[in-house]
Amino acid sequence: MQTLFGRLTPQDFVHDPIMAGAGIAMVGALILAIAAVTFFKKWKWLWQNWITSLDPKKIGIMYIIVSIIMLLRGFGDALLLRAQQVVNDANGVEILSSDHFQQIFSAHGSIMIFFVAMGLVFGVFNLILPQQLGSRDVAFPFLNSVSFWLFFAGMIIINMPLVVGEFSNAGWLAYPPLSGLQYNPGTGVDYWIWSLQIAGIGSLLSGINFFVTILKMRAPGMGLMKMPIFAWSALGSTALIMFAFPILTVTLALLSLDRLIDTNFFTTTLGGSAMLYINLIWAWGHPEVYILVLPAFGIFSEVVATFSGKKLFGYTSMVLAIIAITILSFTVWLHHFFTMGAGADVNTFFGIMTMIIAIPTGVKVFNWIFTMYRGRVRFTTPMLWFMGFIVTFTIGGLTGVMMSVPAADFQFHNSLFLVAHFHNMIVGGVLFGVFAAFTYWFPKFTGFMLNERLGKMAFWSWLVGFILAFGPLYILGFMGAIRRMDHYDPSLGWQGLFIVAGVGILFMGLGVLFQLAQVAYSIWKRKEHAVGPDPWNARTLEWATATPPAEYVFATIPTVTTRDAFWQMKKDHKTNDRPEHYEDIWLPKNRSEGFIVGMAALVFGAAVVWHIWWLLIVSLLIVIVVLVVALTRDDTEKRIPAEEIAREELRRATV
Amino acid sequence: MDISRQKAEQETLQRKSIGFWIYLMTDCVLFATLFAVFAVLRPGTAGGPSGADIFDLPFVLVETMVLLVSSFTVGLGLLAARYGYKRQAIAWLVVTFLLGITFLVMEISEFRHLIAEGDGWQRSAFLSSYFTLVATHGLHIAVGLLWMLVVIIRLIRFNFKHTDLGRLSLLSLFWHFLDVIWIFIFSIVYLMGSLS
Repeated sequence: MQTLFGRLTPQDFVHDPIMAGAGIAMVGALILAIAAVTFFKKWKWLWQNWITSLDPKKIGIMYIIVSIIMLLRGFGDALLLRAQQVVNDANGVEILSSDHFQQIFSAHGSIMIFFVAMGLVFGVFNLILPQQLGSRDVAFPFLNSVSFWLFFAGMIIINMPLVVGEFSNAGWLAYPPLSGLQYNPGTGVDYWIWSLQIAGIGSLLSGINFFVTILKMRAPGMGLMKMPIFAWSALGSTALIMFAFPILTVTLALLSLDRLIDTNFFTTTLGGSAMLYINLIWAWGHPEVYILVLPAFGIFSEVVATFSGKKLFGYTSMVLAIIAITILSFTVWLHHFFTMGAGADVNTFFGIMTMIIAIPTGVKVFNWIFTMYRGRVRFTTPMLWFMGFIVTFTIGGLTGVMMSVPAADFQFHNSLFLVAHFHNMIVGGVLFGVFAAFTYWFPKFTGFMLNERLGKMAFWSWLVGFILAFGPLYILGFMGAIRRMDHYDPSLGWQGLFIVAGVGILFMGLGVLFQLAQVAYSIWKRKEHAVGPDPWNARTLEWATATPPAEYVFATIPTVTTRDAFWQMKKDHKTNDRPEHYEDIWLPKNRSEGFIVGMAALVFGAAVVWHIWWLLIVSLLIVIVVLVVALTRDDTEKRIPAEEIAREELRRATV
Repeated sequence: MDISRQKAEQETLQRKSIGFWIYLMTDCVLFATLFAVFAVLRPGTAGGPSGADIFDLPFVLVETMVLLVSSFTVGLGLLAARYGYKRQAIAWLVVTFLLGITFLVMEISEFRHLIAEGDGWQRSAFLSSYFTLVATHGLHIAVGLLWMLVVIIRLIRFNFKHTDLGRLSLLSLFWHFLDVIWIFIFSIVYLMGSLS
């Protein structure tokens, strides 16, 4: 039995009511989805149009759907955590046991970073970046599909504990020795490691892919300094991915070796060093913050320019700021553990570097504000998200600089003050950015707008909720409340503030409901919301194509002469120009190998977690064989004849 | 095939080449991290052997020479392929493949020897980091050998296409890269390790 099933036993399927409920709900939803696809006979459609598709527009949409589902899950985790802290075991009511509480905050952090924020960023890259550069595709379409399915596999692995086994209770970065074999012999940390490892390799491949896309696939005439700022921010972000994610790969691999074959990298005995792990994980982890937030900066730069009706203020300084942030983000990692005792000199260096990195970020904030200055500002939903971001992100930035003072950090370290700070950055920065992007670019891909009224209601619920939810945490942090705390002595008088924070999260929940309603209502009333290809009077090239874009996006590749290329086309009245003749277009054929590799990686991950060695070998062999087959294929492109393009373009022009 | 199509294929090849260079840089970061780990954990012998106690320098020197020569032969193979000498290219690739196998066998026998002496990776943090760094390089060599096998088979079965030539030049790039990494391993792990 042991060779067949490793350490998996029927007992591992038994869970406490909350987890079992979530697990049953998840499996139920999955079964329902499968049944629906079968009932409506959509398997072939799903396979041909989505699963095997190499079209970045479709891969992007799949990223976003997965991320939204994970956002709902992570949000549910947050609700449970806050409920526990609000009730605080009063009258003996325990919502979550300590162990379960630990599992949930670990899951919340890991899922929100890896499967929400990263997924959304890659989704936006896929959808927007090629079109903005005047390109039909990414540099390596097949690799793109592999990346997505590895991301998907990681997502499944991190959710598997709902059904079988347990989740890691070691926090979102799993510091040893707590995450070592001695204190965590179960499957939780292994799930965490292999979920992140598989998704992380996908991210690394995506990083390379988009980096090359930006460098080599720009439309003729689009020099680097003529690129939209979003593309610049993506360039910085992907450069960071290339340099940071290998460190994560190594760190996770070493931790896994400690747990699997008794190496002594991070153990407390035989010469191992837990501090090494903490250095390594943050040498990846701090750049990761900028990997997420740079694209959000890019999104806001597009949004603020469009809705102010002006070109972006200080383009060159924006570019320099992005480059500065990209480089400096590798010199600040130690500020995550000033208390570790690296010495006054080292702490001072990293404290000063942390203050310095706030400068280019401040430059950007001023540039955005100056873009609005004397502009004809339209207060649409994306613009509201932008203005909310300016407020929340600046608060987060200021509290960040407060913590960069090592002496002060000894007070703030691991307190709720820190928790409030990084939620200011990730929610107020990244998430608001993606929400703005979602509303802004939604009509581009669907042909109809999202309902503005519901969008604004969602925004205000989010903003009020956000301030209520995290404002009290700053105060609690000052009062000495530490993070990851499942109960506290009632005599401390903290409960009131926790209740305010709890009310805040309910408002955010209301915001989520409004957003879901917004999407549903807009789809239902899509005829009323229908718009043309340029609904916002935008400035960049992705708006130059039809709405929704054809598979080949650009019938002819445009030639760029200035920044804000589409704005220039509009000024020159060239948007309706048609070429005299079209040429054949070659696009990648569908490939099933990306999906197969992803699924084999999923099985591989599960096999490592449960020590099912035969399965591990089988899945690894499948990955190798499929990759060899995939990479030696020659005939990978299909031709779209010129006549067909001419017909399609004419049809779109007359509609 | 029309001209624009040829140009597109040329651009694809160019992109692949740049993408592969960038992949190599990420691999470089991966090895740099492992080197850093090794540097930090080298003193962590926990009363066990240090590098000076266990490294057999002449043996490793032979290993190094085998790999260096294989880097030369893969270059000859690429050169032959560029001139269209199919047989010669295959021959040099087979030689490279055999040298690669020799290197791997030597490395594994070194590992087996250490483990048999009771100096396996479980013994101390120093040995954990040593085994992991060297084995990660070995794993890359194994991947390179698999790739080489595929290229050889394709060369035997099909005629040269420029896509094959592109793949071969990437493979040789990979092989040289592993050589460079090995030079660092030889200097930092073995030579400096034996001095201490």
